[in-house]
Amino acid sequence: MTSQLDRPAPTEGSTGGLIVNGAPCTLLGIRANATALDWLRDRGLTGAKEGCAEGECGACAVLVARPDGDDRTRWTAINACLVPAASLDGQEIVTAEGLGSPTALHPTQYEMAVRGGSQCGYCTPGFVCSMAAEYYRADRVAAEIAPDEQERDHEHGPNGFDLHALSGNLCRCTGYRPIRDAAYALGHPDPADPLAERLTRPAPPPQRTHVAAPDGEFNRPATLPEALALLAEHPDAVLVAGSTDWGVEVNIRGTRAAHALAIDRLPELRTVEVDDTVIELGAALSLSEIERLLAGRVPLLAALFPQFASRLIRNGATLGGNLGTGSPIGDAPPALLALEASVVLASVAGDREVPLADYFTGYRQSVRHPGELIRAIRIPLPLAGITAFHKIAKRRFDDISSVAIAYAVDVTDGVVTRARIGLGGVAATPLRAIATEAALEGRPWDRATVQEAAAVLRREGTPLDDHRASAAYRSAMLGTSLLKLYAQPADPGRQEADA
Amino acid sequence: MSTLSDRPRNSVVGEAVPHESAALHVTGRALYTDDLVSRTRDVLHAFPVQAPHAHALVTRLDVTPAHAVPGVVRVLTADDVPGVNDAGVKHDEPLFPSEVMFYGHAVCWVLAESLEAARLGASAVVVDYEPLPSLVTVTDAIAVASFQGAQPHLERGDVEAGLDRSTHVFSGDFEFAGQEHFYLETHAALALVDENEQIFVQSRTQHPSETQEIVAHVLGLASHEVTVQCLRMGGGFGGKEMQPHGFAAIAALGATLTGRPVRLRLTRNHDMTMTGKRHGFHATWRVGFDGDGRLQALDATLTADGGWSLDLSEPVLARALCHIDNAYWIPDVRVNGRIARTHKTSQTAFRGFGGPQGMLVIEDVLGRCAPLLGIAAADLRRRNFYSAGQATPYGQPVRHPERVVTAWDQVLTTSDFAARTAEVTAFNLAHEDSKRGLAITPVKFGISFNLTAFNQAGALVHVYKDGSVLINHGGTEMGQGLHTKMLQVAATTLGVPLPTVRLAPTRTDKVPNTSATAASSGADLNGGAVKNACDQIIERLRTVAGGRLGINPADVRFEGGQVHGVGDPSACIPWAELVRQAYFQRVQLWAAGYYRTEGLHWDSSLMQGEPFKYFSYGVAATEVEVDGFTGAYRTRRVDIVHDVGESLSPLVDIGQIEGGFVQGAGWLTLEDLRWDTGDGPTRGRLATQAASTYKLPSFSEMPEVFHVSLLQDAHEDGVVYGSKAVGEPPLMLAFSVREALRQAAAAFGPPGTSVDLASPATPEAVYWALEGARAAGTKAEHRHLVEGSHLVEGGHGIVPAQPGPDAHALHPISERWANGEAADAGAAGAVDDESTGPGEHVGAHR
Repeated sequence: MTSQLDRPAPTEGSTGGLIVNGAPCTLLGIRANATALDWLRDRGLTGAKEGCAEGECGACAVLVARPDGDDRTRWTAINACLVPAASLDGQEIVTAEGLGSPTALHPTQYEMAVRGGSQCGYCTPGFVCSMAAEYYRADRVAAEIAPDEQERDHEHGPNGFDLHALSGNLCRCTGYRPIRDAAYALGHPDPADPLAERLTRPAPPPQRTHVAAPDGEFNRPATLPEALALLAEHPDAVLVAGSTDWGVEVNIRGTRAAHALAIDRLPELRTVEVDDTVIELGAALSLSEIERLLAGRVPLLAALFPQFASRLIRNGATLGGNLGTGSPIGDAPPALLALEASVVLASVAGDREVPLADYFTGYRQSVRHPGELIRAIRIPLPLAGITAFHKIAKRRFDDISSVAIAYAVDVTDGVVTRARIGLGGVAATPLRAIATEAALEGRPWDRATVQEAAAVLRREGTPLDDHRASAAYRSAMLGTSLLKLYAQPADPGRQEADA
Repeated sequence: MSTLSDRPRNSVVGEAVPHESAALHVTGRALYTDDLVSRTRDVLHAFPVQAPHAHALVTRLDVTPAHAVPGVVRVLTADDVPGVNDAGVKHDEPLFPSEVMFYGHAVCWVLAESLEAARLGASAVVVDYEPLPSLVTVTDAIAVASFQGAQPHLERGDVEAGLDRSTHVFSGDFEFAGQEHFYLETHAALALVDENEQIFVQSRTQHPSETQEIVAHVLGLASHEVTVQCLRMGGGFGGKEMQPHGFAAIAALGATLTGRPVRLRLTRNHDMTMTGKRHGFHATWRVGFDGDGRLQALDATLTADGGWSLDLSEPVLARALCHIDNAYWIPDVRVNGRIARTHKTSQTAFRGFGGPQGMLVIEDVLGRCAPLLGIAAADLRRRNFYSAGQATPYGQPVRHPERVVTAWDQVLTTSDFAARTAEVTAFNLAHEDSKRGLAITPVKFGISFNLTAFNQAGALVHVYKDGSVLINHGGTEMGQGLHTKMLQVAATTLGVPLPTVRLAPTRTDKVPNTSATAASSGADLNGGAVKNACDQIIERLRTVAGGRLGINPADVRFEGGQVHGVGDPSACIPWAELVRQAYFQRVQLWAAGYYRTEGLHWDSSLMQGEPFKYFSYGVAATEVEVDGFTGAYRTRRVDIVHDVGESLSPLVDIGQIEGGFVQGAGWLTLEDLRWDTGDGPTRGRLATQAASTYKLPSFSEMPEVFHVSLLQDAHEDGVVYGSKAVGEPPLMLAFSVREALRQAAAAFGPPGTSVDLASPATPEAVYWALEGARAAGTKAEHRHLVEGSHLVEGGHGIVPAQPGPDAHALHPISERWANGEAADAGAAGAVDDESTGPGEHVGAHR
């Protein structure tokens, strides 16, 4: 499949093209494994830069028109280095070049320029795109600003700007202060602004896409049955949802999938259903979408999301993907384990439901058969009263856990009636802290119980030494985590502790 | 006051203007080297074959399988080099090595029609290796005395006598990590043979002249056959001072052999595994204080982890030795330096250039000793400041020592230091599980290249007949705002509005023989040269204007695009009209400017002299809060007062101060270079070679409250428009973060606890430090919790190693040139390991 790479390769299949900065462009002739970033840069749109090629720096950020409900659009910033160019078939994207020009700067560009928000300028177009997405966020509203500088909410501006919108962008020059000031100085869009006007109409629908290029095939089916049929035909196909892992594989590990199957826009995988006994989350909803749709309904997930990678990643990444890759250091599995979630696997043979605790079988291995995809995640109700997500990492924004501990604990009349603890980073798979749970259940929720159980938790798993942390530190963090949960009732995720 | 530093009223310098490329940056229009590829036809792409061994001989290199990969055009190997197979200036960096010296060393490069084909071609190349024993850590190298280059020695007074008269003597050791530059733009070059048969290389280089020289010597050409252009860089920080040359040479070699443009761009993983970083150091020391905590003596040995070749390690080490005093008077001093040779990337320049490493040692000493002396760390530091009339250990009088006192007092006031210290104490009493720390630290940093010869610069200024001005100078733009400042300098000198002046990209065919844009000196040197060129033009125009206005030329003033007599602004000539008139009078409207820094002298073999034009000063106070369960922390507030002289461009300067501070905080607290030190097959591999594993500061590390002020009334005589350099010194303000973390960790223990803190002080390191403090409270042994960091009380603890008889001092070839000693150095063959043979130049010493 690599033998014809350098001849002008006729690309078969059906691609309609896309709209970039308002102008229609063709995708004819693309490689199946070409990233959107490479495709843009080859076209001379060099504003988006490659800084890391793994979704960590945001220098490649661009805006994509994504659905905001059925009849509105949300400008969504994503890492162009991570997504296949083919996945943008039929979509509308805007780059820094499209937001404004040197003689007609966009408000985000103006604020960045005059406040010293750019020094070397290399990360700047990506920052501008992330900032523009937040600028256009429809539910961004001005907030009161505390008079005491030290006591302010340092992650939100007086204009309602959420600094987490920039958590996936790295700058090596400025130290960030002028970028923050630029973000917090933004006003609200003029309704006549074409990009603001665009929000009021539906986003482009997903496009059935098929690229057959010398380096592989890319398929985007329109429905779940179509997807399952294709998967049955190509059980080795790489399932691509948010592409946040696909891009790393392609760029860093040199993987070239023979078949990639895009499932992120399948309507059957994009719903949230809530009844009295269960919350069902579509596996292909982005984490940002789930965050908005749940609106704090699951406090443990509400605690998790701000700590999960960055906004740029959460705009693509899905729960299905986080479980599907089976990484032992993914942040969703510990939380979902604590919530006693189960996984709905779909194939041409139908659905089956597997408790997440039984799902992982080894390092990046699971019970999912070839030919199956994760359709949904189910979280049983009612939820536990005390929940928390403790992420141990070097950096607070956008880092990979060295250890992650998720809690869902019920305390009735001072006694622990139920404890579920999910762990990440301490074994080849995410796991439940079964022994610790047993040490808590039926015991009074007091310091003595917590200290005893903490000693048990310290010995859970088989942590390793690596570049993120030593085994000794990982064990120590297991040991202190429960003490922290007990000592800090105001921790995020503890909102319902008294419920 | 000198003419150079004399600033006219209403000058364009001093205005807070945005970066000259800001509008291009924010709209994605600013072009960087690799953005030129889509504008260039028939480009070939280069991809390296990296060795999977820390140390090995290449026993066989078979490139034929690569040619079977469609699209592969050529594989470049040592046999293709027409000139010298070397990428450095010391002849110890073979461009195509036969001996692999670090994991990831590139042994050959594949050229292909697409990057994909080049990548596949590289994976098809067959290389056989004979693995050899390797040294990965600096302590490995010290144990077997694996050193390279000079072993400089700096001494004043009698250190043994100083220790003898001290009331308190402590000794200790300390190993601390280096830092990856992580400029957002990785290394790239685009080379072609132009229509004039000249080699034209677009390179993101801080040192275009040296890139030109290396390309020429690899190709066996003279310098006038090679032109290097640097449009701009996506960050440099020192990482593009020496490192770009080999990559430019590969691209240029490919272009000459294939006749097609060759693009080389490193991926992030390539860049992190192949290019040099800030040196990590190992230090042992003995220190003496009198009964009042005044420093009496310091005896230290600093070992820089140089990696596989010398690169800039010698001058980095020299600057470390010259900054171990930071802002403190130490009567008796002995400091020895040496460079470990290890099987890692060849470590290189990084913002501060050894200065931060030297200063970190004394700040660590003071931070650890203060509790043992029973003196608050802030008081201990303040008590030891230089005062007027004192000199550094290398003999340079410390001019303006009162400025650090002024800055210190100002920070104490504006940060409300005393009240907040009490608040921190109260908070710590009230909170068992989290503690705060508030620390204040000073910076004194010498400005100029240590090596005197580099302190020169050139510029070219054109005034066109319509009055528009085009300037060119030898400095490069990497985000630091140099071009912005140069535009302001030109507009000020010519008395025209800023938009009248335009700046053209840095090219070696415009201004030759330039020094690296480094050592914070870019604005001082190039500003002097730009001003000199503009002054020449003004002097000629002054005569024309005097004649036209009927006044003495000395009384002509140039202001705001108008030319008039002093005291009579009414009779004025528009600038463009005067220029046009001058043209018709056949007056030369362009000039080459030149500048050399006056008053410098330095003998690097004795480590004595006055290498610096002046010192930059700054003070920072930082408050942190540490979580006792995890060691995680937040930077709650930072207050800085920094001395930039009279600022040329305040928005730029404040940006440099803030950015330098956060980058320094990254080095000291977060950024974690981890090499595989095990004995497995990946020994020597950089484990943190990507943004996912090497974490630099993000928004979450930005100080929640961040106050930066420029020191007022800070005019610097003898420097362009009274300004001072700003690029490097603010990085070292971040010592206040580390010291605040140390104090917060100490608060978990009983009063008087001395905390050993690893560097970087990651949450894990802080956790072990605070566990150590807690253990001190229970009298348990805790000293060895922090690996590689021990402190002993009393004079017979850890004694720094002294150089052996074969150790030789620094003696750069350039100083021998200057003294006529090196008359034969141009002959073929190395004189010794510092000579560079044909194509001699002085690049490796600064």
